[in-house]
Amino acid sequence: MKPQGRALRAAVLILLMGGFVLPILAGFGQTAGAAFGYLPVLGADSLSLEPWRALFALPGMATSLRLTLVTGIGSTLLALVLAAGFCAFAHGRMTASGMARLLTPFLAAPHAALAIGLAFLLAPSGWIARLVSPWATGWDRPPDLATVNDQWGMALILGLLIKEVPFLLLVMGSALGQLPLRQHLAAGRALGYARGVTWVKVILPQVYPLIRLPIFVTLAFALSVVDMAIILGPSNPPTLSVATTRWFSAPDIALILPASAAALLQIGLVLGAVGLWICAERILRRVGLWWLRRGGRGHPTEPGLWLASTATATLMAMGLAALCALLLWSFAWRWSYPDALPQSWSTKFWLSPGKGWGEALKTTLLLGLASTALSLTLAIAWLEGEDQAGTPRAGWATALIYLPLLTPQLGFLYGLNVVFLQIGISGGMGAVIWAQMLFVFPYVMIALSDPWRALDPRQIRAAASLGASPARRLFAVKLPMLLRPLLTAAAIGFAVSVAQYLPTLFMGAGRIATLTTEAVTLSSGSDRRITGTYATLQAALPFLAYGVAFLIPAILYRNRRGLLGTPT
Amino acid sequence: MSLNLTQIAVTPKAGRPLFAPLTLVISPGQVATVMGPSGIGKSTLLDAIGGHLAQGFSVSGQAVLNGQDLLTLPAEARRVGVLFQDALLFPHLSVGDNLAFGLAQSVTGRARKEAVDQALEQAGLAGFAARDPATLSGGQRARAALMRALLAKPLALLLDEPFSRLDADLRAEIRRFVFDHVRAQNIPALMVTHDASDADAAGGPVVTL
Repeated sequence: MKPQGRALRAAVLILLMGGFVLPILAGFGQTAGAAFGYLPVLGADSLSLEPWRALFALPGMATSLRLTLVTGIGSTLLALVLAAGFCAFAHGRMTASGMARLLTPFLAAPHAALAIGLAFLLAPSGWIARLVSPWATGWDRPPDLATVNDQWGMALILGLLIKEVPFLLLVMGSALGQLPLRQHLAAGRALGYARGVTWVKVILPQVYPLIRLPIFVTLAFALSVVDMAIILGPSNPPTLSVATTRWFSAPDIALILPASAAALLQIGLVLGAVGLWICAERILRRVGLWWLRRGGRGHPTEPGLWLASTATATLMAMGLAALCALLLWSFAWRWSYPDALPQSWSTKFWLSPGKGWGEALKTTLLLGLASTALSLTLAIAWLEGEDQAGTPRAGWATALIYLPLLTPQLGFLYGLNVVFLQIGISGGMGAVIWAQMLFVFPYVMIALSDPWRALDPRQIRAAASLGASPARRLFAVKLPMLLRPLLTAAAIGFAVSVAQYLPTLFMGAGRIATLTTEAVTLSSGSDRRITGTYATLQAALPFLAYGVAFLIPAILYRNRRGLLGTPT
Repeated sequence: MSLNLTQIAVTPKAGRPLFAPLTLVISPGQVATVMGPSGIGKSTLLDAIGGHLAQGFSVSGQAVLNGQDLLTLPAEARRVGVLFQDALLFPHLSVGDNLAFGLAQSVTGRARKEAVDQALEQAGLAGFAARDPATLSGGQRARAALMRALLAKPLALLLDEPFSRLDADLRAEIRRFVFDHVRAQNIPALMVTHDASDADAAGGPVVTL
């Protein structure tokens, strides 16, 4: 390893260990201690199983557990099937850039905003009911139906699907790019296999290993999501993650110990679900091979693809309608049931930022810009360190990047806040930025790694042979050439920051209000017009960031054809 | 100043040297040619001399230029220019800025623009300074790349199959252009190629790995 690379890598490693791994471990340690009755801040200093007994004695615990498993595993499984079906259907019918354009709104929209919009859409008093009433349904008042917050968690699964299917489509798309797809499809079809069955038997088994980690991220997320579950999930009893959040923030501090046990249980659930998933993979592999060896040509698979694609298209349409519903309500003034559109419009809420959204917007922007800038700097330092040292990324480093995405936030955030309290930074902007970076940095790193490595190393050698120092090679050659992926990574990081709920809630100690925390709080039953304003703003920020990331290179490099290729 | 290669050998981390140790003296203005089958490590030899060796390879021997052993210096301090198969003009810079990137920092102020313009003119690219490199033809790109390399005032030049992507007519023309400049600058050049006609045109010593 070259000495220069070593110094940079050591600096990055120390920062990551001190800034990321240690806090997560410390937070987890605090949580685990509290789960077994050890939390000196509360005067609890003896190890016992009492918190667990208290946890399982809490009302609705069994239902919460069941709900979490059904919604978490169910949505991930469904999302995978739908995404695979849609991918097979859309391939060859859609260009890669067309697909990217289609997916961007769903990837950019924060979970909370989408969930609120979906609630506006699906509720008995929502837009869909208004559109079909009273002429089709006869309703002249909202029916007594639980279409949102239903006790089975259907609305929550739907909301998760709208976010997860596009995410899986994105990772499948980039995995497919690494395969000789056309040839394999041709080979399969030349052997008499129908298009659909070639996908299932030939392409998917090759794609699956490449998207396994993102699937686990999806699974972990779906099992532990809080904001979306508050807005769309059942409320009494709610999913385990929502219940845990409630217990952590309850006025009764005696609930903190069982809440910690629940947080630990959450980690156990994720580990268990991933274990279960891996077992299912093994079984499916055997069954699949048996099925493959029988050599069935499977002509009737086409209807399955159509079904999956129609379902996916419906999901996307609902997602877009949900975002429209947000906008609609934010401009509504009088809108009595069951009119399809408001009777009168108003810009009252938009013109009064002093009522709260102005401050929340400022805080959100500040948090987003700071955490994104820091994460991007760190990611560049890491990648440049790899380049200078000339060594490829080790497996443990990849694991390190994915760690915060695979661990349920609840599992360590409350404990981390206890640590932050002890060092006296809890409740400040710094603490929230730090906590958000735990989730912003991994996404920035993942988004930037592939384009960074795809840079032609000969271009860098050419610069070196012209006498350019490593610093000049970085700033005058690499970074300008990577402007588009750098800005895309920044936009993704910013979107992740804007969407953060729990880190802001816990680390901000209730003193820091962002668009997200406000929107989630307002979503339970207050004025839809105000909620709509917050949620629209929350959804608009990531879109804006993506827009900027698209426009800046397009303008700067309008005369640089070599850099206007397909977005990476 | 000549380029003196003594017992140069490149060895992968776990394995035997790629080729028998190479000893070669290239005098100023001369173009030496290295030939050999694909995969023997011709390009790796150039990487070793230029300082661009990938991780996992080690080089032994000596490459002395201007009284200094190159192998101990970082790539940017060797003053060894490289021409690749592709021109590798930086896509984010205009043609003129690509040349200015190579131009030695000792040239300052108005002289920089003049040097760039003069180089463009020599390459038959007068008036191309503001152009997007992606809009240049293959031959124009190859000439611009040579000019960029020469503006850095290299003490030696490495040619990594720089003509192989060009079609036959253009190939002879660009080859002559490059070799003429090597002679005019009076620097040693080392070329790697598959094509015997390149070696004939170079006229210097030929080594087969």
